[in-house]
Amino acid sequence: MKILVPVKRVVDYNVKIRVKTDGTGVELANVKMSMNPFDEIAVEEALRLKEAGKAEEVVVVSIGPAKAEETLRTALAMGADRAVLVETDAAVEPLAVAKLLKGVIDAEQPGLVITGKQAIDDDSNQTGQMLAALLGWGQATFASKVDLGADKATVTREVDGGLQTIDVKLPAVVTTDLRLNEPRYASLPNIMKAKKKPLDKKTPADFGVDTTARLKVLKTEEPGGRKAGVKVKSVAELVDKLKNEAGVL
Amino acid sequence: MAILLLAEHDNATLSDQTAKALTAATKIGGDIHVLVAGSGAKAAADAAAKLSGVSKVLLADDASLANNLAEPLAALIIGLADGYDTIIAPATSSAKNVMPRVAALLDVMQVSEITEVVSADTFKRPLYAGNAIQTVQSTDAKKVITVRTASFSPASQGTPAAVELISTAALSSHLSRFVCDALSTSDRPDLTSAKIIISGGRALGSSEKFNAVILPVADKLGAAVGASRAAVDAGYAPNDWQVGQTGKVVAPQLYIAAGISGAIQHLAGMKDSKVIVAINKDEEAPIFQVADYGLVADLFEALPELEKAL
Ligand SMILES: Cc1cc2nc3c(=O)[nH]c(=O)nc-3n(C[C@H](O)[C@H](O)[C@H](O)COP(=O)(O)OP(=O)(O)OC[C@H]3O[C@@H](n4cnc5c(N)ncnc54)[C@H](O)[C@@H]3O)c2cc1C
Ligand SMILES: Nc1ncnc2c1ncn2[C@@H]1O[C@H](COP(=O)(O)O)[C@@H](O)[C@H]1O
Repeated sequence: MKILVPVKRVVDYNVKIRVKTDGTGVELANVKMSMNPFDEIAVEEALRLKEAGKAEEVVVVSIGPAKAEETLRTALAMGADRAVLVETDAAVEPLAVAKLLKGVIDAEQPGLVITGKQAIDDDSNQTGQMLAALLGWGQATFASKVDLGADKATVTREVDGGLQTIDVKLPAVVTTDLRLNEPRYASLPNIMKAKKKPLDKKTPADFGVDTTARLKVLKTEEPGGRKAGVKVKSVAELVDKLKNEAGVL
Repeated sequence: MAILLLAEHDNATLSDQTAKALTAATKIGGDIHVLVAGSGAKAAADAAAKLSGVSKVLLADDASLANNLAEPLAALIIGLADGYDTIIAPATSSAKNVMPRVAALLDVMQVSEITEVVSADTFKRPLYAGNAIQTVQSTDAKKVITVRTASFSPASQGTPAAVELISTAALSSHLSRFVCDALSTSDRPDLTSAKIIISGGRALGSSEKFNAVILPVADKLGAAVGASRAAVDAGYAPNDWQVGQTGKVVAPQLYIAAGISGAIQHLAGMKDSKVIVAINKDEEAPIFQVADYGLVADLFEALPELEKAL
């Protein structure tokens, strides 16, 4: 089986982002970029399935600017076999991403697609579900355990009330949650080797997908700030303040 | 303009996240129908009918809808979609699972986790872990929206609306199958509706210690219990206690963070709480920058003391 993993290049999770003062967006110049953490987990899961003999090939796909090649090379250095870059400088929304991924999938015919549950820049949490819908496949979102069988996957999902386990028929889309695995680091020799692994370049036009945004961004602003309060010296003082000053006890 | 609101419930009881999303729907304006999809969910439908602003409840009762599987639930909603301009739901794990599937089948972009309704087609939503707020206008003919319920107060009770049983023919899906649930059972309040929350972080060190120092305080306060990602990853607390960017977003009257450093991903889930208390032995911990009351102390001493003082 072939496993396809979409990976997004996003602002690194350690960066404290800044909103541009003119309200047009977020400052992205000279900011450290990395692979979306949930996508690292997705790549790791695909590699483990391959190492367990349940898959033969892991293909990673990114939709984004030329620099997204770095993100794909990181996935190749982790151990993915091949990469596809759908190159565009436009900001592509989840619906259009899902349509482009469908185009790649129609050509690649994987037996399983593993996406992240959420990109930590747009916090949309929709691409995997949309992709499953467009493909007419089943979906298993927010996975913390994946058991891959011949014609189905048994997936444990993190839900609001705890855990839910479902069977999903293959091919299917699985989206990763934090507890699925701990991604490996790429070793230096593997980083060197990844430079020579195949990377195919496409454009949205190759798939006939219109990437015009459906959501018009009118404004981007900073959230209302919160000021640090006071330090209390003791538990007794804390209880007193909560009762008599804040009135919450 | 008609709005379809997907209810959150466990068949027996209606979650108050439905009443909060209803407040957002009311701000959009129009005739509001609530869809209760489940199995043996009459009681939840009756509860939804009593919410003020609901003009009709649609009850879809079928075994295929018992477990919130995305495929049959999306098929049900798509079958109803023609009659509505807006399909909206509280941003619960079940709605986050199904709503994007509905949106893609309708060829529209979902507007995820809105925190404010500006007008019928324009909304505010946080991104980058709440470090930026975007105002977005949907240009799609139909709007598919999830609501961050911590930002809306629950709708009140009103005159009961009618409950109409709708057809669930042809919903059976061969794509997925429910196997089992392992749901947390507790008498404590739900994180998303609790007035007081006490959360523990990596500092707790083990699930035994977490239970020994956090739970007695929670019980004294009638509080819900939360956790940081680090505490959940380490197995000190179950996954459904995680508060943050990629866990639950809460805004209680009082949030107590014990042994949590205050990473942006954690702050994203609790910084709209009315009063924040931080207990941390490192006086430089970033959590103190958002705390109304900070106590620099060892939590293993401070929490038992707090429990006695309450
Ligand atoms: C993609 C992604 C998503 C994430 N999503 C979330 C999320 O939803 N929620 C979330 O919480 N995190 C999330 N994180 C993780 C986040 O970045 C932090 O790693 C995490 O919040 C840290 O947890 P912590 O504060 O418990 O641990 P630490 O940062 O290790 O802090 C422990 C704190 O305890 C204090 N301490 C130690 N001993 C004591 C003692 N005896 N008494 C008092 N204080 C003590 C220390 O001073 C320290 O401040 C996410 C990260 C990523 C990459
Ligand atoms: N531009 C992109 N390129 C590749 N994968 C993407 C892209 N955008 C989103 N994805 C995938 O979809 C997941 C969910 O993203 P989102 O719906 O934007 O929160 C991510 O974790 C990725 O796996």
